[in-house]
Amino acid sequence: MSDTTIKKPRPKHLDLKVIRLPLPGFVSILHRVSGAGLFLMLPVLLWLFGSSVGGPEAVAQAKSVVANPLVKLVLFGLLWAYLHHFCAGIRFLLLDMHKGLDLPTARKSAGAVLVVSLTLTVLIGAKIFLG
Amino acid sequence: MQNRIVVGAHYGLRDWLAQRVTATVMALYTVFFVVNLFCLPEFSAEAWRAMFAGGFMRFATFLFWLALFFHAWVGVRDIFMDYIKPVGVRLIAHSVVAFLLIGYAGWAAQILWRL
Ligand code: HEM
Repeated sequence: MSDTTIKKPRPKHLDLKVIRLPLPGFVSILHRVSGAGLFLMLPVLLWLFGSSVGGPEAVAQAKSVVANPLVKLVLFGLLWAYLHHFCAGIRFLLLDMHKGLDLPTARKSAGAVLVVSLTLTVLIGAKIFLG
Repeated sequence: MQNRIVVGAHYGLRDWLAQRVTATVMALYTVFFVVNLFCLPEFSAEAWRAMFAGGFMRFATFLFWLALFFHAWVGVRDIFMDYIKPVGVRLIAHSVVAFLLIGYAGWAAQILWRL
């Protein structure tokens, strides 16, 4: 497999202290990070889902686990991960369909993804965790 | 003859398409889920449970989980192809992910059909 890959010479500029990642690049890397995070936490999410629709004991157990501030923090992170991945994913789907490809629009939509997903995270998170 | 220049992970058109189809399914389900949530008579454990026990919701939720697992399969494989270069290690990593996801699918079915 790898021997059929023809190496195309590409400019490499990977010094993290020098790179200034443009906004769309930032959204893109966070899309990968959020996808990986969601994947890693799937057992937790499935357990929570299963308990939440289980009997009263299961629900009570899930509630006591979620009462832990550390768990709350992780779930808050996962909420952001889903919302960011969702918004950025829809943006990618639109780009794939050649919608909003020009640079000014692509920059604006990247900014919108960041703002919308963070705002929704705070609003939904406050509603869920603060009652 | 091999004259195609292959760079990056996205050379599998079928996987690329599958990832987009599953992404669309999940996005639609997310909207459907939120609408259903707002139509609940009250926010309680019983109402939450009853929501998923409804025939169509149960089916849609299962479809969502399946789409998610398939989507994660393609996505995580793409990530591994970028960062794990030794073929043997990559093969093992891919297998672990595949078995995990198949297990999760069984788990999701069990949760939903116990309701
Ligand atoms: C509504 C829900 C979702 C949408 C709309 C969505 C959309 C997308 C899209 C369009 C891509 C391809 C991006 C690209 O090729 O550059 C992608 C990649 C990916 N998704 Fe999702 N996704 C969703 C949910 C999820 C969930 C729940 C997970 C985790 C289990 C996940 C994990 C991943 C991973 C790991 C990748 C690969 C990222 C990469 O290659 O950088 N996605 N998603």
